[in-house]
Amino acid sequence: MVDAIEVTVNGLGVRVAVGTTAAAAVISAGAACRRSLMGESRAPLCGMGVCFECRATVDGVQHTRTCQVVCRNGMVITTDAA
Amino acid sequence: MSAATIDVVVVGAGIVGAACAWSLARVGVKVRVLECSVAGGGATGAGMGHLVLMDHPEAEFALTRYSRDLWLRLAPEIPPEGEFRRCGTIWVAANEAQWDAARSKHAWHEECGLRSELLDGTALAEAEPNLREGLAGGLLVPDDAVIYAPCVTRWLLGRSGAEVSLGARVSRVEQNGVVLSNGERVACGVVVCAAGCATAELFPDLPMRPRKGHLAITDRYPGFVNHQLAELGYLDSAHGSASESVAFNVQPRATGQVLLGSSRQFGDTSAEIAWPMLARMIRHATGFMPALARLVVTRVWTGFRAATDDGLPLIGPYGEAGNVILATGHEGLGITTALGTGDLVAAHILGHAPAIPAAPYLPSRMGARAHG
Amino acid sequence: MPREERCRILIVGAGPAGIAAAWAAAETVDSVVVLDDNPAPGGQIWRGEENRWTARLRGCGAHVWNGTQAIAVLDGGSLLAARDGEPLVFRFERLIIATGARELFLPFPGWTMPGVTGAGGLQALVHGGLPIAGKRIVVAGSGPLLLAVAAHLAKRGAIIQAIAEQVPLRNLVRFAAQLWRVPGKLAQALDLQWTLRGVPHLKEAWPLAAHGDDRLKEVTLRTRTGVRRFACDYLACGFGLIPNTELAALAGCDLRGGFVEVDEWQQTTARDVLCSGEPTGIGGVDRSVVEGRIAGYVAAGRRNVAEKLFGERRRVHAFSAALARCFALRDELRHLADDETIVCRCEDVKLKNAVEYRSARAARLHGRCGMGACQGRICGPALQFMLDWADPSGRARPPLFPATMTTLAAVVEEESTHV
Repeated sequence: MVDAIEVTVNGLGVRVAVGTTAAAAVISAGAACRRSLMGESRAPLCGMGVCFECRATVDGVQHTRTCQVVCRNGMVITTDAA
Repeated sequence: MSAATIDVVVVGAGIVGAACAWSLARVGVKVRVLECSVAGGGATGAGMGHLVLMDHPEAEFALTRYSRDLWLRLAPEIPPEGEFRRCGTIWVAANEAQWDAARSKHAWHEECGLRSELLDGTALAEAEPNLREGLAGGLLVPDDAVIYAPCVTRWLLGRSGAEVSLGARVSRVEQNGVVLSNGERVACGVVVCAAGCATAELFPDLPMRPRKGHLAITDRYPGFVNHQLAELGYLDSAHGSASESVAFNVQPRATGQVLLGSSRQFGDTSAEIAWPMLARMIRHATGFMPALARLVVTRVWTGFRAATDDGLPLIGPYGEAGNVILATGHEGLGITTALGTGDLVAAHILGHAPAIPAAPYLPSRMGARAHG
Repeated sequence: MPREERCRILIVGAGPAGIAAAWAAAETVDSVVVLDDNPAPGGQIWRGEENRWTARLRGCGAHVWNGTQAIAVLDGGSLLAARDGEPLVFRFERLIIATGARELFLPFPGWTMPGVTGAGGLQALVHGGLPIAGKRIVVAGSGPLLLAVAAHLAKRGAIIQAIAEQVPLRNLVRFAAQLWRVPGKLAQALDLQWTLRGVPHLKEAWPLAAHGDDRLKEVTLRTRTGVRRFACDYLACGFGLIPNTELAALAGCDLRGGFVEVDEWQQTTARDVLCSGEPTGIGGVDRSVVEGRIAGYVAAGRRNVAEKLFGERRRVHAFSAALARCFALRDELRHLADDETIVCRCEDVKLKNAVEYRSARAARLHGRCGMGACQGRICGPALQFMLDWADPSGRARPPLFPATMTTLAAVVEEESTHV
């Protein structure tokens, strides 16, 4: 892969193209972003930052909307569903 | 007086109105509740839902102690959506002077047979790791609790069996009942006015003013804070009549969200957020709890407390017509004292002895003066 | 103290309307600032795209702040914003609101499953790097966006199993007959038809349920000829667009019929605040661009130039009206959800609980509908469509989007005298 960077999702290393959002990295890693109150797996719905289903902890910051965040090399992403 | 012969209209379906309806209906009084919006939609829904023992002044102590006790006994029946949590309050002492005050409060509680526990700096840090270092200590009052008041209000109303009319705005109180804004007359023997700040529209001469407060609620951070936390300096804020003040007041919600208060302002009657005031409240809070700074706030809002000149509520007969009982003016203690208020109102209407002396709360103590 | 920026014209939103406004205003005004919460300009429709408009934005001299979220309108002409957790205050003389639209999502059984996304939503996720080649997609809902999304994904190697549009064929024919109003639209439509040749394009069709275990496997569609099942990896489903009016409401602008009320100069009822594009009425790129240009010229004090665009705006407004008529949502869509279907995703509130309440306010206060992170952006319009409450939850509550305590704490008292 040309122009790839590495991030970790729930401890697993994932290689993604430059410009990939954290949400896409989470899905590529086979993880769900979030567990709902009743424990359902949830993934991004709107893709534009209004549904809040894509929330995960990014570099220690909880409740980050991952569809609005572009991956940086070494980014650490942890999801509810871990 | 026989309960079966009385019919009562309660104006306002906030927690105080709901408690009055319940106190009356459960002994057989016919009650109809008139609410202009939704149950618990006023100060009830805006506030923190804190059930708290207040030590001063004496009349507030009597009422909060009595009412808190009623809440603790009712607690097992409160449904899940009422979110009753006996999380306790920790009164935080920032310095030696406040630590002394905490010790006095503790001694007072012991004298009265009430539970509380002094926490030194180390114990405080263990109980609440997110508080900053260097605080003198705190006083834990384990029997204080938190509820989600709008749902408890709705539940109390349902439980009371009273007839509840939503979207019914009372525009006038008369000798034989009330008149709604659509012209409809509702006849009744007694009117209980539990309309909070809106009471001023019905009785403009009442010495009561709205006291604006700001609140902020975060996304979910379970375990961030374990008890309701309030600074001992809060008591100066609440009891004082300063035009503007903030105090550290933070609460864990059953959802894991963190609720932050409190601010007090007279004179600003707009429901809009006063952003510099909100900012001041947050800065003050992060002084006690630095870790608050990184929490994500989902919503901020304002509410208005009905505040009297002497800080005590107005519970009892009002006016010359003889058919009006007030149940309002609770400032920041409406939720705590709702059940006690309901019982005092029932005692007034049914003519039996109240569980605590009713004199300190009588509207007649204010004389006939209007607020200037 | 927060970092403070001053400008003559502040534009919130770098989609087509915001870009057009910036380009127009910057012709004669030096300090034009554009804020956008996405990583790059383009809004939804031009996400990740380079075109002549994004090039114009780059070259016009406006100062663009990407990744910057508007949080609150403060008193006296300033906006609180946040970027990377840092608070910012933008002081402006004029504000142009160009906040675009979001999709309308209607609940149906299984809609909360991973794999069910919006139509525009899936396109946005793919732009953000979601792998789509070889994935089987069902596109459903309503509006011209469905075909655009399907074609876009097909070009990237997705296998489009079916497109399910809820309106009847005759509506689509009527809509096609309107395309002449806007130059280029006819050519676009033909290109779409070609790209999507062979893909079943079902009319009067809508999703009945999404099935799978922890992930989508299959979709059931109602069609004119009966119920049909499609195995798929994604269901890209959106029922048209909802205007993002929240910032305008916070800025004190009046809304009418759910849209921001503007005069012929794109001015709102709030002083020195203009609004362009979808928040004033759904109409797509062309409406956004012409309204953006008008607002930009007006904000820059050049009404004579703005006026020359009124004719073009009339044409695109006629197109908007046709759009609304042709893609009106049918009644059956109000009843897709069953008792157990979650209608408020943030708080997991089911339909059977939501229907207990007679107003949006009561549903929120007592039922937690709309009390979660999205503050009713998703469930509000859906429940309004389904239950027709008298008090639509369009009333905006601050902050515009979640903000840290640090950001909110950054506001300081004005030094000027207070009344």
